[in-house]
Amino acid sequence: MANFETVEVNTDILICGGGMAACGAAVEAAHWAKKHNLKVTLVDKAAMDRSGAVAMGLSAINQYVDVNTGANTIKDYVEYVRNDLMGITREDLVANIARHVDSSVHLFEKWGLPIWKDADGKYVHEGRWQLMINGESYKIIVAEAAKNALGDENIYERVFITEPLIDEAGHCVGAVGFSIRENKFYVFKAKAVIATMGGAVHVFKPRSSGEGLGRSWYPPFNSGASAYFTIKAGAEMTCQEVRFITVRFKDAYGPVGAWFLLFKARATNALGEVYMQTRRPELEKWKPYGMVKPVPANLRNWLMMLDVMEGKGPIYMRTEEALQKISDAVPDEKERKKKLKELESEAWEDFLDMTISQAILWAATNTFPEKAPSEIAACEPYFIGSHSGASGAWVSGPEDIAPKEYCWGPPNMTTVDGLFTAGDGSGASSHKFSSGSHAEGRIAGKGAVRWAVDHPGGNGGVAAAAIEELKERILRPIDLFEKHAGETTDADINPNYIRPKQYMFRLQKLMDEYAGGVSTNFMTSEPLMVKGLELLDLLREDAEKLAAEDLHELLRCWENVHRTWQAEAHIRTMMFREETRWPGYYFRSDKPEMKEDWKVFANCKYDRKTGDWDMMKRDIIPIY
Amino acid sequence: MPSFVITEKCDGCKALDKTACQYICPNDLMVLDKETMKAYNQDPAMCWECMCCVKICPVQAMEVRGYADFVPLGGFVTPLRSSDSILWTVKFRNGTLKRFKFPIRTTEEGTAVPDGGFASASDDLVSPLLFTEPESTKCAELPKV
Repeated sequence: MANFETVEVNTDILICGGGMAACGAAVEAAHWAKKHNLKVTLVDKAAMDRSGAVAMGLSAINQYVDVNTGANTIKDYVEYVRNDLMGITREDLVANIARHVDSSVHLFEKWGLPIWKDADGKYVHEGRWQLMINGESYKIIVAEAAKNALGDENIYERVFITEPLIDEAGHCVGAVGFSIRENKFYVFKAKAVIATMGGAVHVFKPRSSGEGLGRSWYPPFNSGASAYFTIKAGAEMTCQEVRFITVRFKDAYGPVGAWFLLFKARATNALGEVYMQTRRPELEKWKPYGMVKPVPANLRNWLMMLDVMEGKGPIYMRTEEALQKISDAVPDEKERKKKLKELESEAWEDFLDMTISQAILWAATNTFPEKAPSEIAACEPYFIGSHSGASGAWVSGPEDIAPKEYCWGPPNMTTVDGLFTAGDGSGASSHKFSSGSHAEGRIAGKGAVRWAVDHPGGNGGVAAAAIEELKERILRPIDLFEKHAGETTDADINPNYIRPKQYMFRLQKLMDEYAGGVSTNFMTSEPLMVKGLELLDLLREDAEKLAAEDLHELLRCWENVHRTWQAEAHIRTMMFREETRWPGYYFRSDKPEMKEDWKVFANCKYDRKTGDWDMMKRDIIPIY
Repeated sequence: MPSFVITEKCDGCKALDKTACQYICPNDLMVLDKETMKAYNQDPAMCWECMCCVKICPVQAMEVRGYADFVPLGGFVTPLRSSDSILWTVKFRNGTLKRFKFPIRTTEEGTAVPDGGFASASDDLVSPLLFTEPESTKCAELPKV
């Protein structure tokens, strides 16, 4: 076995990940842990200042309920989320996040995040729930508070968590991983573990497959670690079929929120038709959700896709028309010029804060939004429990709100004792975005401390031999490469192993073609998925033959193993749900309609002992 | 590309305790070649173009050239980030130049206090109140569900 020093870290609460949810967990857990004389440790595969989905920055905060001014109620938010997810949502979880999210936003402002204000000192809304921010340093600011709460000595950066530690009784008692900077294998032992390692990208083939492979809408470094960790721990998972596909400016995936919500731009096909109007009769088929306002995200996608499939593209965001309209509304020429200058700056900041590539693409194509429209398109599927997707672990609800069927431990604990999650890691609680992920991380952080206080002796341990076996497995790609690389003249082509990049392409190709990716217009069926699972089985066998030349490649090996498990949970759950409920995300050609008897959660659970997957329905119990 | 490093400008951050771009890249792409003391992007096709490396480089040795498989040549976006604002220069293929300046934070770097100055109201681990609540909600009590 490769010569890696084993470093053991003993702590009470272990936070895996460094994004918004992890930073929320850190500030909250640190406070309660101090009161109870407990230790909190955070481990991140990147640098906290710029890790996670907010690494680049953001131009808006998408969840602010604004309860204190009386603008909205918690119930308003829950209804919005329930309808957007076609009826499938845990109202208790959404309500819990909604009642705490404004707290997180107010903290961000105190920490130094510039939130736009109007002349009366009120926040500027992009839409009903969205606030405009100067968010280039959003993540740095949020990470700073988390780091100040934890202390540098309790933070491990550039350590990749690979596997949960589970004791004989099935409790989560820590995690193992490796440094991507030096030859060290890490064993973290804890009383409670919070898995906040983001969603999954690059499970499906992206539209760009040359140099632009990395230009996914959601970041390519979100590689399914939360899903893998919770699945492998034996946690029940929910909404694994509810992938997320978003419509963005074509190719660079720049945000459309400001254009749709702030500038009121229309989207039209090449014939000038507005698909949201011409396709309105289609919405009848998806009643009652097709009739609500705003129209659910997947149905908006679907109406656009119907135009694309009929050859009516390109689809355009009519930026020139929107700007003209705003300009026409200001009769004074001087005022108008000032207004246009302001709008131009706002439009560019929207890109520069969160999708710089789109600014580069507009500059490189000489695109002036006031002169010509720009193309929009649906991107590839992602797994992200924080946006309008819903995949994640099935977690315990808050005792004072949740139906008793949804309560089995402190808030946000998975069905595995001692294992908590939040953000992209928890399912059926969509539309939490950056701010709600932070708030949910806080909820999980407090819950994890409560668990640790209630279980002072901790859970059982994991035998040294079992940890040694994990170490051998985790480092195997390095061993395999060392053993065989010299046998051929090109280290890329060797019958004894597969390198992680080609492995990833294999996963992406099969997901794309069999599980409803871009190239099939997001269409799949049971026979396609059965074939897809067959190929996935072979891929999983070949995961044992992944090879790594260095620590960077070892990271890539395990990221891709994580993606594979997300892929399997996804296919299995799409197969289990015998209907089409989210056209625009995926369409089952063999089950093309939405069925009342499938108004349930489709959950799954991997059995650690047998290796079998159990599929189960769970009732939707509303709180309103 | 993704991000690229200008040979002439990169000094490998030899005066610092760490290579800035390697430290910050969220996708573990930037590497320092210890022989030449120059950094490089080891896998441009996995680059998100987040520009975290470009913004942090102490000698402005890094830029981004748009993904060659769909972005025409000649467009450039260059950030210059200070402690409280960021200045962007956008250069179009046809030579048009645009400049934008945006604030990035309202407080001094390093000063974020975890509780934001909001008081704690509860010692109860079972209560739904988080440690800055209810004050941080700006409501008299935790919003009713």
